[in-house]
Amino acid sequence: MSAFIEMNNIAHSYNKESVLKDIDLSIPEGQLFGLLGPSGSGKTTLVKIMIGLLTPINGTIHIENQQMPSFKQMQKIGYMAQSDALYSELTARENLHFFASIYKIPKKQQKERVAEAAKIVDLQDHLDKTLEKYSGGMKRRMSLAVSLLHQPNLLILDEPTVGIDPVLRASIWEELRNMQKQGTTIIITTHVMDEAEKCDNLALLRNGYVIAQGSPQQLKSKSNTETLEEAFLQFGGAAHAHSSNR
Amino acid sequence: MRIQAIVKRIIHQFLRDKRSIALMMVAPLLVMTLLWLVLDMDQYEPTIAITDVPVQMQSALEQQDATILEANEHKAETVLQNENADAHLSFEKNQAQLTMEGSNPSATSAVQRVISNAVKQINPNAPELEINFLHGTSDLNLFDQTGSVLIGFFVFFFVFIIGGVSFLRERTQGTLERLLATPLKRWEIVIGYLLGFGIFIIIQSIIVTAFSIYVLGIYMAGSFIAVLFIAFLLAITALSLGTLLSAYAKNEFQMMQFIPIIIIPQVFFSGIFPTESVEWINAIGKIMPLTYGADALKEIMIKGQELAAVTGDISVLVGFSTVFIILNIFALKRHRTV
Repeated sequence: MSAFIEMNNIAHSYNKESVLKDIDLSIPEGQLFGLLGPSGSGKTTLVKIMIGLLTPINGTIHIENQQMPSFKQMQKIGYMAQSDALYSELTARENLHFFASIYKIPKKQQKERVAEAAKIVDLQDHLDKTLEKYSGGMKRRMSLAVSLLHQPNLLILDEPTVGIDPVLRASIWEELRNMQKQGTTIIITTHVMDEAEKCDNLALLRNGYVIAQGSPQQLKSKSNTETLEEAFLQFGGAAHAHSSNR
Repeated sequence: MRIQAIVKRIIHQFLRDKRSIALMMVAPLLVMTLLWLVLDMDQYEPTIAITDVPVQMQSALEQQDATILEANEHKAETVLQNENADAHLSFEKNQAQLTMEGSNPSATSAVQRVISNAVKQINPNAPELEINFLHGTSDLNLFDQTGSVLIGFFVFFFVFIIGGVSFLRERTQGTLERLLATPLKRWEIVIGYLLGFGIFIIIQSIIVTAFSIYVLGIYMAGSFIAVLFIAFLLAITALSLGTLLSAYAKNEFQMMQFIPIIIIPQVFFSGIFPTESVEWINAIGKIMPLTYGADALKEIMIKGQELAAVTGDISVLVGFSTVFIILNIFALKRHRTV
């Protein structure tokens, strides 16, 4: 039995500029998996390949043994983009109902799901405001609510906590843990070390390569360092030396 | 259900955007009214300076509604210079001489008309010519002649802009990518847009056509429904072209740059100006959707034809729309490979 998500030899480039090289990753079901790397390291491209927006130039990706892109899998993935892809002229409730219909949630259940999702991100009192009146942090939470609407079994979050205050960030992490307990697999990209610390497993990305992977503890002990930041620099330096030797 | 959701969302969004509604519904009426004011004027009545003109001729000119200014040679020259008169008519030894001011073609032709009518009047032996019209009437003026094309043009122009910019914003604000991260099919987005805006397009076509015909009194020999149908087809073509081209614009400003490239040339080649005499210019018009819409509108409004008589134009417009829609579905592949 292969892993929940299985990536083999993934490579991708835009206009001959190589963005991802030789990515092999397997993510077991139910894990909270982190993609850690500086901006420009290929995190978002990898995310787009996972959700089926991009077909990689090389390599394959399977989710639940189905090759992506697959519409059947896309129905089961919740995605929160790096930018808040929402309709600012509409109210929060209208946005949620719209996406609920796109995911073909039956009319009867929509009201309930919208209320649930809004409660998780603590926006239930602001549902009838248009998003033009929302603050940056509220829009982030709204994006998260949209990705939870159809109760996905895989949640992919691209830099979800940027611009969210520490109190809310803690509550979102608590919610992510709750969803994980109910069996949801969660993939999160971040460049913040203390968030990476909270993941079960991590892949460190740099210049399109996975330079190391393992649990935060394993990564620290493998590189003989005290913190993830030092570990990242250690692996990064090693990878750098490695690639220049080739 | 998904298409329905997109349609519902577009309606919600558009209803919140009062200015865009005004641009789509009211702006064409404003421009049509201005054109009507400019083009739908009564016949120009020229002012003619005269020197030594026989009394019989002078009274004939006056009967043709020309304003007469008696002056000597020298004064007449100044009057022409200052554009206080459109022409100077003088008689010397029974030899008539006419000097035109000449800078305004419509004044020149008005002087010619008035004088030839006056000559006819004082020479009753001239054969009487009875003029009948197969289409239109002798009152058909520039507004009636170009108005039918202009209805098509304004519908095309405003739908192109609003549809194109809306689709562009979907892309720049990231919602297009977000939608494509769901199992939504690419064609569902394109069709959803067509249907969502289709509702507003129908309303716009009704308002513009009804206003031109019933308020401005544009010449109309055919059926209202037929005009509406052609206006709607043109709008669908404009919408599918606008949404397609928005894929090649980075922002709203770049979308506006399509106006002088795509929209304005269509005005020149679609039949407002006669181009039949130069074959290659005529050929340029053949690749422009507005040409076919304008032709159909002229046939219906001026010649009073039925829709059945313009099936050629209709099928070309449907063809244009279909091609643009299919190309757009393919253009979305840039955002999702499947």
